[in-house]
Formats: sequence, structure tokens, C-alpha cells
Amino acid sequence: MNFNDYVFYVLAAILLFAGLRVITSRNPVLAALHLVLAFFTAAGIWLLLEAEFLAIALVLVYVGAVMVLFLFVVMMLDINLDKLREGFWEALPIALPVGILMTLEMVMILGSKHFGVDRVAAPPPHPAGYSNTAELGRQLYTDYLLPFELASVVLLVAIVAAIALTLRDRKDSKFIDPAEQVKVKRADRIRMVSMPADVEIPAAAETEGKDKA
Amino acid sequence: MVGLSHYLILGSLLFAISVVGIFLNRKNVIVLLMAIELMLLAVNLNFIAFSHYLQDTAGQVFVFFILTVAAAESAIGLAILVVLFRNLKTINVDDINSLKG
Repeated sequence: MNFNDYVFYVLAAILLFAGLRVITSRNPVLAALHLVLAFFTAAGIWLLLEAEFLAIALVLVYVGAVMVLFLFVVMMLDINLDKLREGFWEALPIALPVGILMTLEMVMILGSKHFGVDRVAAPPPHPAGYSNTAELGRQLYTDYLLPFELASVVLLVAIVAAIALTLRDRKDSKFIDPAEQVKVKRADRIRMVSMPADVEIPAAAETEGKDKA
Repeated sequence: MVGLSHYLILGSLLFAISVVGIFLNRKNVIVLLMAIELMLLAVNLNFIAFSHYLQDTAGQVFVFFILTVAAAESAIGLAILVVLFRNLKTINVDDINSLKG
């Protein structure tokens, strides 16, 4: 075993521990923080696999943005934890066999018998000056240009959807819609009253005129 | 010597953990979303392991797109959650049954 193997086992242990704590911790804030730990550790494992750009992107995008969003939402909601934890372990008799069965099936297929070191040899080291980011960028902007643009459209739709869902009108807002103002017709605001012209001017009007003068 | 199978088994363990998490946290929508994020992480780990050992960067490009879509998904999911909490004052899955006929 060389140094990289030790690093892998340590990171794998931390990753599995963090994953277990995410699903079992009582407080959602604690679960979110353990998810941060899981993403961070996974970024370390990706570095072992020489996916440097994605490892940094995982830390920046997930730990920096998505998990902060999660923490914001978790802390904003005033939730009754006791009600949500009711019968938490009741599902374990179903969940545990399903999980163990899934793991066993996948280990049987993905084990060292088919994907071991003797079957899939470690790749030769990259030449000096090789840049994972440059290689990924070259592929993204040439072979995968259309999917890349579609991904940006997906992000735009996500922005619009998230804002449209959470935006609400304030009741005390004094905002006036210009379109409504322009649409107003003369008849909506002025009422023409037909008045006879030969009416005597009341005395009150005379005094009012004097006041003004 | 750590080989491809070690990474794949780690990914499958992580996936199984998140499946168990979905079973256990069937009332709490927030932790359900977190379990889904954990699942996507496990899948991404598989993609990157294969990309490394088969020396094909297409796997990493795919992970890039999965990250994009997952970020959009969690943003919209959390927005829905906020609206849901604003209207119902709860995030318990059992109470979200107003569409039931």
C-alpha cells in the first residue's frame, strides 16, 4: 500500500461517516453541515482521481452556493422536529435489508473480480504540463458546445422559476403600474353634469369670492 | 493497491446510504432533498472513477452537466419548499395531501 491508498481509505471512511450522519442526524442544520463535510471529502477523492477542475467546482458550487442555500432555508423554516421524527426508526426493518441487498448486488458486479487492479490497470501518469482544466474546457467548447449552451438555459430557467415561485406582492406597496395609468380613458375620471345656466348664484359663493380676494 | 473497484464500491455504499436515508426521513422534505444530493454525489464519483481509469474525459464533462442540473434542481426544490411552508406552515410529507381527490 502506498500513500495514495491510505489517503483514499481515510477519505472514504470520512465520506461514509458523513453520509450516515446526514441521514440520521436529528437536527436538519447538523445534517446540512455533514453534507458539506461529505462534499468536501468527495472533492478530495476526486483530486485523487485527477479530476482537479471538478473537485474545485464541487467545493465552489456545492459547498459555496448550494449548501449555503440549504442552510438558509433550513434556518428560515420554523419546523417542529418532534413531529417529523415520529416513527423515524419504524422504517428501518424495510430500509436496512433494501440497502444491504443493493450494496451486495452492486459489490458482486463492481468487485475486484471484474473491475480489480488486474482487470483495469491504473492509467499511465499524465505528461508534464498537462492541464485537466484546459482539456475539459477544450472538450466543452468544441465537442459539447450545444449541451453546454443548453445547460446555461437550464440555469436561466432555474433562476426565473425560483424567483417567480418565491416572489410575492406586498400589501402596503405604493407601486403604480404605468400601463394601468396610460389605459385610463377620459370617461373613467370625468363625469359630465348638465347644469342649467340660469341659476341664481347662491350667497355663499359670493362670500367665498370675497374671502379669496 | 486501490483500483477502480474500490471507488465503485465506495460509490455504491454511498448510494445505498442515501436510499436508506430516503426510507428513514420520509416525513422531512429537507433531508429528502439532501439524500438526493448525496445520491448524485455517488453517481458522480462513479463517473469520475471510470473517466480516470479509462482515460476518457467525456465522463468528467458528464459530471459537469450533472452538477449544473443538480444545482438548478435544488434551487427550484428549495423554492417550492419555501412556498409550501409559507402556505401550509409545515414541511411534513404526510400533511401535503391537498391534491388528493
